[in-house]
Amino acid sequence: MNIMGKRKFLYILSLAIIIPGIIALLLWGLKLSIDFTGGTLLEIAGTQDVNAVKVIADENKFENTIITTSGDLVVLKAKEIPDATHRKFIEDLKVKIPGATENRFESVGPTMSKTITKNAFYSVGLASIFIVIYLAYAFKKVSKPLSPWEFGIMAVVALIHDALVVVGVFAIFGHFLHIEIDSMFITAILTIIGFSVHDTIVVYDRIREKALKEGVDNFESLVNRSILETFSRSINTSMTVIMTLLVIYLFGGATIKHFILALLIGITAGTYSSIFVASALLVESFNLKQKLRGRAKWKQKTA
Amino acid sequence: MLAAICFVAASPQSVRDKMKIRMLKPVHLRLGLDLQGGSHIAYEADLSKFKDVSEKERAMESLRNVVDKRVNALGVAEPNIYTTKFGDNRRIIIELPGIDVNQAKDLIGKTAKMKFKTQMNEEGTMWQDTDLEGKNLKKATVQNDPQTNSPEVAIEFDSEGATKFGDLTKNNLGKRIGIFLDDEIVSAPTVQAEIRDGHAVISGKFDYKEANDLKIQLNAGALPVDIKLVEERTVGATLGQESVRKSFFAGTIALLVIFMFMTIYYRFPGFIASVALGIYTLIVIAIFKGAFYIFPPVTLTLAGIAAFILSIGMAVDANILIFERMKEEFRLGKGYGAALDAGFKRAWPSIKDSNIATFITCAILMAFGSTVIKGFAYTLLIGVAVSMFTAITITRTFLKAFINTRISKNPKLFGFAIEKGEK
Repeated sequence: MNIMGKRKFLYILSLAIIIPGIIALLLWGLKLSIDFTGGTLLEIAGTQDVNAVKVIADENKFENTIITTSGDLVVLKAKEIPDATHRKFIEDLKVKIPGATENRFESVGPTMSKTITKNAFYSVGLASIFIVIYLAYAFKKVSKPLSPWEFGIMAVVALIHDALVVVGVFAIFGHFLHIEIDSMFITAILTIIGFSVHDTIVVYDRIREKALKEGVDNFESLVNRSILETFSRSINTSMTVIMTLLVIYLFGGATIKHFILALLIGITAGTYSSIFVASALLVESFNLKQKLRGRAKWKQKTA
Repeated sequence: MLAAICFVAASPQSVRDKMKIRMLKPVHLRLGLDLQGGSHIAYEADLSKFKDVSEKERAMESLRNVVDKRVNALGVAEPNIYTTKFGDNRRIIIELPGIDVNQAKDLIGKTAKMKFKTQMNEEGTMWQDTDLEGKNLKKATVQNDPQTNSPEVAIEFDSEGATKFGDLTKNNLGKRIGIFLDDEIVSAPTVQAEIRDGHAVISGKFDYKEANDLKIQLNAGALPVDIKLVEERTVGATLGQESVRKSFFAGTIALLVIFMFMTIYYRFPGFIASVALGIYTLIVIAIFKGAFYIFPPVTLTLAGIAAFILSIGMAVDANILIFERMKEEFRLGKGYGAALDAGFKRAWPSIKDSNIATFITCAILMAFGSTVIKGFAYTLLIGVAVSMFTAITITRTFLKAFINTRISKNPKLFGFAIEKGEK
């Protein structure tokens, strides 16, 4: 099967997912949770009465209140409230709705969120740089004209691809399904990045092995064979991870559902990108270099 | 060879023994607040009055000590108190299992800076500072006013404080002395006589809880800096228990699914890998409990459980890589023993490189992440490190143990035919 010959279709498929995501991101942005925006989140068990909760919230002068139900809980979101207001609210709640209890309470100040976002970008950036350096080191023996840096850089391009897929899909989810991004989402992105690189390296390892053995005269076919040979491993590994995640998604607690969903999407994207995108890009950059070299030679001759 | 088999036979036994000991004298898994219920509260410290870093460092350390004393007076089991740097801000974070968070906030939130002031005008609206302060305090206790029976706080000064207080009462006979807490007047008794024994009483309009809080705050000392509540997360105990129950259920199912998949797809080696995975789970849980002293015990959170499950995936991956390589070697006509060796050897570079990439990510997350993310990264790090050991050493030793047995000669157990070569 000649997968590399159909590279264009692979790119189109990737772009077909990424571009709508980017458009959604530009149009609507991500729906951010209080981890990023600051604010209050209250989960109340033992009642389904949204209106009664709303009355109590209004009496206590909550601002920007949004009250919804989630499962058998009432969820209240509002601007950050002072401690005293929170205590009064809980007292009122117990008096006015017998049996209602506070299941979860979160209050995040606005300074917090900026730092979280900044740190997230730092860690992703730093992790990427270190991965490029490590891969360049690990693939240092790779035979010319391949450069070890190409492996590192293309692996990072593949991981950016995966991160973009997930962020884009969640921008769409945020708009249509009101799924919020919290600090766990950043954890998910970082996990996906780790997994994506892990996966890509396995394919690259095979390419490295073959390149050392047989040279790179027919690079496209070499990459193609490497993919085919590692195919069942890639699929099997991803299947075990995806199966585990599916089980957690179905049976795990509600608090991590969105986190697991992000992982599911990201790991699927990661598997796809490590098989198809990361290696296709390697072929692309190899061909480009050959072309440039050919042109340089041709120029030398004609000059 | 034999020794290796013995080693592996012994190692799961010892793990099992460890588990048994643990059952008898229970060392529980330390669960995070999101799993057992409890509160996470963060205060931001106002350090604007300090210039250089070492001063700030010292102020935070003494803040931690004072908060620690106050929280410990509550009698909460295993509170966790630490300071962090958050951007340019310094924070003190208090994690309390159980849900008496309001009581804790009442206790922690007040600076409790006690001052004694003298009256400057008749009406008692102007007060002059004296050199007698909270730091001259030796001990505070709660007692009942014999006349009104309402609670009051009795204080005892240290020797320096007693002298100062003696002079203060001597010089202010017939006048009032204001007792201020955080610049708010609590009581202003009139001095009837000179007091030299260093005892005084603060009688405000306290109820018992307020008097007790004040006692704890005074005994723990004043906070060295002002603090402000900036973050609070409380998880009810029921929600926590439900999360634990669901996560463990999901984890068990996930493990069973992997066992089934591995055994059906890879047959005999898959079954061995499943056994290794079982051992892997036990080792990781033992590490979480702090059974191996090289690793600090892990507080398991929801994010940690996710990391653990992910690490199972990566552990399986190492075996899948090896088995796929073994299959290739079999196809080349190698026998069981040779295919085994070559499979492990040739899968190693990709296992090593991919896991190191994961280590790099984990290390960066541990350096820059928030508390939750740090926990996630640490759990993943342990998981991946252990998986490299079990998926390689244990699986390999088990599989080697079957060289030249009936099993290694039965191609059906491998899902493909061994055509020729030594068996």
